[in-house]
Amino acid sequence: MSLLSVQGLTVRYGPLEAVREVSFSLREGEALTLIGPNGAGKTSVLRGLLGLAQAEGKVFLDGEEVRGRSPEALLSRGLVLVPEGRALFPGLSVEDNLLLGGFTRFRRREALRPDLERIYALFPRLLERRKQPAGTLSGGEQQMLAIGRALMARPRILLLDEPSLGLAPLMVREIYRILGELKRGGTTLLLVEQNAKVALSLADRGLVLEAGEVVLAGPAEALRQDPKVVEAYLGLSREVEEG
Amino acid sequence: MDATILSFLLLDGLQNGVIYGLLALSLVLVFAVTRVILVPIGELLMFAPLSLVWLLEGKLPGTLWLALALGGAWALMARGRGVLLPLAGGVGLFLLFLLAKGVPPLAYLAAVLLVVYLGVATYRVFFQPMRGATVLSLLIMAVGLHVAYQGLGLVFFGPEQFRPAPLLAGEVVVGLSWQGVLVLLFAALSLMVLYLFFRFSLFGKALLAAAENRLGARLLGIHPEEAGMVAFGIASLLAAFSGLLLAPLINAAYFMGFMLGLKGFVAAILGGLASYPVAFLGALLVGFFESFTSFYASAYKEALVFLLLVPALFYQSLRARAVEE
Amino acid sequence: MRYLWFLLLLLPLALFPFPYYLTLLNFFALSAMVALSLYVLTGLAGMTSFAQAAFMGMGAYATALLTVKVGLSPWLGLGAGLLSALLLALLLGALTVRLKGHFLPLSTIAWQVALYILAGNLVGLTGGHTGLTDLPPIHLFGISLDTGFRYAFLTLFLLVLLVLALYNLRQSRIGRALLALRGDALAAASFGVDPAALRLKAFLLSGVIAGLAGFLYAHFLRFVNPTPFSLEASIKYLVMAVAGGVGSIPGVMLGAAFFTGLEDWLKDLLPLLLGRQGNYETIGYGLILALILILAPKGLWPMVERYLPSRDPGLPKAEPLPLKSPDGPRGEVVLEVQGLQKSFGGLMAVAGVSFDLRRGEILALIGPNGAGKTTLFNLITGTLVPDGGRVFLFGREVTCLPPHRVHLLGLGRTFQHPHLFPELTVLENAALGTFARTRAGFPQVLLGLHRREEERALATAYGALRRVGLESLALERAERLSVGQQRLLEIARLLASGAEVLLLDEPAAGLRAQEKRELASLLRSLAREGYTVLIVDHDMDLIMGLADRVVVMNYGEKIAEGTPKEVQRNPLVRAAYLGEEEVA
Repeated sequence: MSLLSVQGLTVRYGPLEAVREVSFSLREGEALTLIGPNGAGKTSVLRGLLGLAQAEGKVFLDGEEVRGRSPEALLSRGLVLVPEGRALFPGLSVEDNLLLGGFTRFRRREALRPDLERIYALFPRLLERRKQPAGTLSGGEQQMLAIGRALMARPRILLLDEPSLGLAPLMVREIYRILGELKRGGTTLLLVEQNAKVALSLADRGLVLEAGEVVLAGPAEALRQDPKVVEAYLGLSREVEEG
Repeated sequence: MDATILSFLLLDGLQNGVIYGLLALSLVLVFAVTRVILVPIGELLMFAPLSLVWLLEGKLPGTLWLALALGGAWALMARGRGVLLPLAGGVGLFLLFLLAKGVPPLAYLAAVLLVVYLGVATYRVFFQPMRGATVLSLLIMAVGLHVAYQGLGLVFFGPEQFRPAPLLAGEVVVGLSWQGVLVLLFAALSLMVLYLFFRFSLFGKALLAAAENRLGARLLGIHPEEAGMVAFGIASLLAAFSGLLLAPLINAAYFMGFMLGLKGFVAAILGGLASYPVAFLGALLVGFFESFTSFYASAYKEALVFLLLVPALFYQSLRARAVEE
Repeated sequence: MRYLWFLLLLLPLALFPFPYYLTLLNFFALSAMVALSLYVLTGLAGMTSFAQAAFMGMGAYATALLTVKVGLSPWLGLGAGLLSALLLALLLGALTVRLKGHFLPLSTIAWQVALYILAGNLVGLTGGHTGLTDLPPIHLFGISLDTGFRYAFLTLFLLVLLVLALYNLRQSRIGRALLALRGDALAAASFGVDPAALRLKAFLLSGVIAGLAGFLYAHFLRFVNPTPFSLEASIKYLVMAVAGGVGSIPGVMLGAAFFTGLEDWLKDLLPLLLGRQGNYETIGYGLILALILILAPKGLWPMVERYLPSRDPGLPKAEPLPLKSPDGPRGEVVLEVQGLQKSFGGLMAVAGVSFDLRRGEILALIGPNGAGKTTLFNLITGTLVPDGGRVFLFGREVTCLPPHRVHLLGLGRTFQHPHLFPELTVLENAALGTFARTRAGFPQVLLGLHRREEERALATAYGALRRVGLESLALERAERLSVGQQRLLEIARLLASGAEVLLLDEPAAGLRAQEKRELASLLRSLAREGYTVLIVDHDMDLIMGLADRVVVMNYGEKIAEGTPKEVQRNPLVRAAYLGEEEVA
């Protein structure tokens, strides 16, 4: 029984169709990754799921139809997004950013303390910088903060949009190590990534998107070896016709 | 210029300056959370003491009907549970006013709650529907509301000036009345409460968060609309108290609010509409500047205060680029 | 068609028996002028001002002082009025046109209030709130214009002349540039517009028009005091313009007519309704403004316009501007980038990138998201100032030049999201590109002397549209175009500008396969003609089939350079796209 089931999701921006009839499902504790070139519509899938963009199709969370609900409503059902660019609050401290992650659960700091401790245990660097304004952190630390903040909301499914974006290779490894720990701890992950190699090393299954449609799907192992995946990134397929 | 006169001017400047400061803080807060430049804050400030005067004479002020009308519009626009707040608020307000006729302690409370209700309803009815609009459109709307509210002030209260009795009579030292001390105490208290609120309470942080990154706030379940209502509510609360405390000192009339608001606004601009401490200090500066120029060139003091904007804007322009990103 | 406005001159004849309505007619004409000044400032240039009444006041007081205190002729008063309004606008404008969005209107509020207070308090000079009286009437051809009937002819005639001049402004390179500037200063600068200078000129024009209205006001009432030049008055004019529709000439005229009538009606009605005397119209203004902003943000005119027959300007037939075909030997270096660096905060977005671009080639710049490609573009075009390194265009250093200067030297760019102006037609959008190659300034345009050049500019734009295949859509509004067509329009605009070096930022994003093929074919033929193209895109199929050479970036550095085949085989490149592992 899937935790998340998406059927025929279509996302539009005005007349432009960014995502066309995308379907997939996600079981509890699984990690699924959406890969594909830039502009393929990966982020639009997430936005459509969360009610941030106009979407058609069916989305079932734990058997309940949730397409079209607002981000706030989905949050309370355990669907939490770590957006591309992180959307942190740069003037507020690291600790405040984290606490706000738990805002909808508790409005008092004391109640959130145990969760806070958990996050600090997972991300010791954040503990070191807890009083610093979030805007002064390095890219990698900001990504950790964004993930930590999302975790404070006790997500059932954690959605991540391009977590490796703009990060140095070492940092990417660190982030994915932590994501691996989360996965082992039972968190369900839906991961959108441009860096296919590292995403496929973490995920159980993957989908390749191109121009808004799913062109390939299957277990991560298989996708890693698939020559078409290589194609999708370096255009080694057919040449453009001479005009 | 001897020591006595100097101390008069300083106290006078301080007394006005702290009020401008609270107005400036309100303006910066509202702008940060909602992108609205709250030009009608002056009218909200004046409605409190004017409504009070009416209540103390046993009459229901026109501002009550305005507030209820806007509350009605709010209720019509809201959906589901959102209707409860305007309806309950409106009914409660009405009953309170009936009780408060001629009863001083209740009348003060009623005046404050009226202005808060009116402020929040103003946001909900006029500004929330304009969510996607540019800062300029919001500014034009704010100016339009200022004009309308000021006109309504004339209709409700007439052109005369009123002087409600001070809460505390008499003088501490020459140049500083007890009422003036109250003003300073109130300002200090407000500053402290605001500071504590934003520094320590999670709710205050949520408000700041909504101002800093709307997407991030939404994704965490913080409703930008709620944040807007709270920001307007805080601004209205500060304006109402400021009006009630100042009126015994400077009189209250329908047209006076705008000038006060504009001075708070000059101070807010000094802070670039972004920095709270600079805005408050700027307000004190405006207060002192006004005091001293009124001593030397009384008629021009207001003009000079506005011309103070020139260096402020010039400074801001040096930081901005000619080609906008 | 626009000459129909002269019919307004029949109105005084129609209203001859009613002196009261003749007065209103004059007020309408003057309000309409101020509203037109807002059309220029807000409708075209996108700057909101709460100080138009102050400019009116300058015009009025200047002539009052000269005619009453010094006893000179009103015609000299006109000169003084216009000059003083101009000087005030110069002073205010120089300080405020560089301000970001909302600081401009805020500062106009401050000036307006300050000037009003000064006018009321400098009693020796201005007569304070009692004002100056007994201004002499204007004499024209020996007739004294001292009745509403006679004065109406003057005001309406000047109004119509102004309307015609502003129609000229709208249909000119300056009108287009102002509209572009208002929507998108970045795009405007990319084809040669100097934003601050143009804004200032618009501000000056708007101030002078309001000053003229002030002069006419003064010699109509023959009495001047501060009240009509207050913040409330400025707001009233702004309401008129916005309510009618500040984006069009008929719109602001409609607004002025509507509100002159409404004001009169409210002045009578409201005291009756409320049971006492007083000026309550401001309540009406505020509420109407609020309603219009929420319900009809573009004003009333667009709703009326829908029912009117639309005119068809016809396709341009004139001879295009001389279009210099790119000459010079193929393979000559046209663009040189040396060691460019840029960091934001602690992040090195571009870390020492160097490459050359040669005439007639198509060079592709690729790399994962966040690799620094758009930043590099912005450094080359002058949108961003580099922290280190240099850029040379045709051998000249352009490193720290602003975007419009770089464009003038022959470099053009497109943007990731098409920066087009949806309310202009396709032809006008393309014609924007000719801005740098045409010369008419404000005076020539207002007087209508720019017609020939304008027709040639439009013909050039039309030619560019033909080149990219969009000529059949020339008279459509740009908002009707599909994404693919929008990209082509951006390229047409570049071609109309005569730029030789084209920087294209993701031109294929959002295009369907067929459109991509057409784009590629267009670019290849342009390259054959000697244009040079630097293209960034993510569609590897497109790029690899189109580019002569490829530069690969990752984490701000250039990691590879060569032909498409070489780059595809490069292990560093594969690692950058597919992850950390080295390919065996």
